[in-house]
Amino acid sequence: MPDLLLIIRLAGRRVALPASEVEGVVELDGITPTPRAAVHVAGLSALRSRVLTVIDGLAALELGRSPAEGLLEAIVVPSGGHTYALLVDSVEDVVETARPPVPIRAPVGPGWDRIAIGMVEAEDDLLLLVDPHLIIAGPAAQAA
Amino acid sequence: MDELINDFLAETRDMLQALSGAIVAWETEPGDRARLDEIFRFVHTVKGNCGFFDLPRLQQLSHAAEDVLADVRSGRRIADAALVSAVLAVIDRIGELVHALETGEALGSEDDEQLIVALSGRAAAPALEAEPPGPASEIKKGMRSIRLSVDLLDRMMSGVSDAVLARNELARRLRDTQRDLAVEAAFERLSGCIGEIRDAITRTRMQRIDSLFTALPRMVRDLSAELGKQVRLQVDGGDVELDREMIEMIRDPLTHIIRNSIDHGIEPADQRAKAGKEPSGYLRVSARQAGNQILIEVVDDGRGIDGDALVRKALSAGIIAPDKAEKLSQQQKLGLVFAPGLSTAGEVTAISGRGVGMDVVRANIERIGGLVDIDSRRGEGVRLCIRVPLTLTIIPALTVSAGGQIFAIPRSAIEEILRAGRTTQLDRIGQSTVATVRGRRVPLVALADLLEVEALAADSDKKIVMLKPAGGDVYALAVDAVHDHEELVVKPAAPAVMAAGLYAGTTLADDGRPILLLDPSGMANQAGFRFGEQETESRLAATADAQKGADETALLLFRSLDGALRAVPVPVVERIEDVASETIRFSAGKLRVSVGGHLLPLAGCAAPPSEGKLRILRLTDGVTEIAYGFGDVVDIRSLALDLKPAPSPGEVAGVALIDEDQVELIDPYWLFAAYADSLADGGGETPPVCALPSGDPWMDHMLRPLIESLGYRVVAAGAGVAADILIASDDNEAEAGVSAAEVLRIRSRPELSGENDNSIYRYDRAALVDALSRGASKAGKTDA
Repeated sequence: MPDLLLIIRLAGRRVALPASEVEGVVELDGITPTPRAAVHVAGLSALRSRVLTVIDGLAALELGRSPAEGLLEAIVVPSGGHTYALLVDSVEDVVETARPPVPIRAPVGPGWDRIAIGMVEAEDDLLLLVDPHLIIAGPAAQAA
Repeated sequence: MDELINDFLAETRDMLQALSGAIVAWETEPGDRARLDEIFRFVHTVKGNCGFFDLPRLQQLSHAAEDVLADVRSGRRIADAALVSAVLAVIDRIGELVHALETGEALGSEDDEQLIVALSGRAAAPALEAEPPGPASEIKKGMRSIRLSVDLLDRMMSGVSDAVLARNELARRLRDTQRDLAVEAAFERLSGCIGEIRDAITRTRMQRIDSLFTALPRMVRDLSAELGKQVRLQVDGGDVELDREMIEMIRDPLTHIIRNSIDHGIEPADQRAKAGKEPSGYLRVSARQAGNQILIEVVDDGRGIDGDALVRKALSAGIIAPDKAEKLSQQQKLGLVFAPGLSTAGEVTAISGRGVGMDVVRANIERIGGLVDIDSRRGEGVRLCIRVPLTLTIIPALTVSAGGQIFAIPRSAIEEILRAGRTTQLDRIGQSTVATVRGRRVPLVALADLLEVEALAADSDKKIVMLKPAGGDVYALAVDAVHDHEELVVKPAAPAVMAAGLYAGTTLADDGRPILLLDPSGMANQAGFRFGEQETESRLAATADAQKGADETALLLFRSLDGALRAVPVPVVERIEDVASETIRFSAGKLRVSVGGHLLPLAGCAAPPSEGKLRILRLTDGVTEIAYGFGDVVDIRSLALDLKPAPSPGEVAGVALIDEDQVELIDPYWLFAAYADSLADGGGETPPVCALPSGDPWMDHMLRPLIESLGYRVVAAGAGVAADILIASDDNEAEAGVSAAEVLRIRSRPELSGENDNSIYRYDRAALVDALSRGASKAGKTDA
């Protein structure tokens, strides 16, 4: 059975996520800050009376911080009993892939190495496959 | 108690069903010993169980049957046909009574005496109904009930919680759109429905804490036997209700605390004797409701906790550093009990003492939004107090703001709220700030600093929230503004958010925005208040503790029925309750209210409310209770009072200034002297007199205690006796010569003997109490 992949743009790169891990795509209007929480947590937001923990993808990669103003595009990922909204540059497409991901044999860049789990063929491109749960875990998780 | 009765009834019903075969067999062959034994066991069990409940009819019947069957078993009597049918008639009656009790219908209205007489075999048995009555007819419809899994209830509850949040969000969206009256009306209706469903589901989840307490006597008995100690257990407040789930969450911690008390607290009898204590230890477990919280207290009179030994242990276990250990206050030393990896037991026993436990107890209680407090004096015992919210999911909270953002603080940890600069003085000492509130110094931290955000209010405009986290000392939290009390549906926060160490969970405000719930003990840790991390703090906290003990009183502030602001010391308040106006009567000379099977004198209001409900404080002096009607609870405050005494003794002891409001302080001593039912000798007024025919065992043993409990003095009826009320039975006309204002005729048969029969059936407790109260109230009025 072909797997569905969600193609997003994160920190300027086109990457793929297993669509099965993603509950939906939302536009967040306003984020409640969470002072002193982990650096990659942008804050909290609400979706249909649920509290979402907003993860800043850029900060999770230790590549900077996303803006927290205006309408923000995010993908909703349930993980470990909580629901997260992962801020992304944009959501592009959902595609099918028939081939299993292949391992990466070379470093793909600072930050990315931690979250990449392989490479997948999607349509005609070869994309980095990233694990949303590793993004959510944040940079501190590696040290622990 | 209700659940116990239901269990008992269900068990009896099952036994009856199982017994039906044996009854039939015994009827055909009265000599069959095995059948006889089976039936004997049944009535014996019923009799034993009835003893726990107020079920005199069942008890009388089963007792009589047991006596007869015992005679047959020992060969003193022969099981002839008359005896067999008399026994079977009794068993059938037991079945009918059980059925009537289960369905909540009136008790079968036939005369038990007749059956009992028939059993004795002395009187010619009156013709018993020839047809076997059989199990009570199917026509009777019971109160319908079904069993439900708690899972399903939980799902309903979480569904309703979501519905509440969805409603809030819808409300917000509606506010943003053009007004449409029709839509608004529909929304209001929906909103009301959701509210009702929430209330109903919350109620389905409520359970009496009895279900937790009933297991205690057995546990205490087993434990004390195992350890060779003597322990007297007193359990109070079993009628307090709380969320089922909450009861389950408390079960383990409470068990652990009690085990600890018996194992480590209460000494063996010889040691107790040396210490000049009674040989058997005393353990008291009590529950009461205070506002939205349930307080469960476990008190023992054992050897207490040695704070210094704890510190030594903590030092050797490397839990605290030596320089910090020196600066701990007594409260902080005792708080070490909850530190992980610390056990107070010298040696590990099978019961407890493995160093896991109290930390788990605290973690479990805090997980459900509760707090544990410990207090102990060496050699005198330990008092552990668990405070938990009524339900798990909805927590009363105060919303505050700092740096333009709103946060919530659980109400349970808040001691009081102050305005900076009015009653408080703030001093900077080095890097930290100390707040002095009425002579009590506590460390202060600004929420904005903790959160590393910019405070919006100037220091002088800040509000100060006094917080008391579990096992810790009081500290002050400065916030930009205090907003509102809200009931919040709290959900756990994501680990990355919890990592801040400041938050207890997340919730949604009415406007649909997420709010973070602050964790009072987490904030204290983050501020560095724990175990005297800062030199200034622990010393100051120690003085604060001493001062607190010296001149502060915990007061419950409330609005009286006439609108005055009043206060009463918290320790005398047993609990707060709402009572229906019908339960309040002017009887036996004063206003009384009947609550939970007790009749309490009612103070605080001049006349019974005409309708609706009255909120009462149940005050106790340790022996008796009185009720005090009031309007609303305002706050609970711990204060050093500058009391201006009232010119003459009375209900109000004096007046004091609390936050610039004049607050009248109730004088509990005067209240109890004036209102409480005198126990032995009269407390100012003469009790009404009731004349009771002597020599009737039922009257002596069953009726007399009831009459006395209503405040009567009971005298034996006879010539020349003067009484306010005279009790007469239908078969006893010996009351001649008594001058009584009123005669209360009691009949032993449930049915009335004629149209002019104004007698009361002897087991119609409600009618008896009612008539006696009325009689007493007349007596009271003529006296006055």
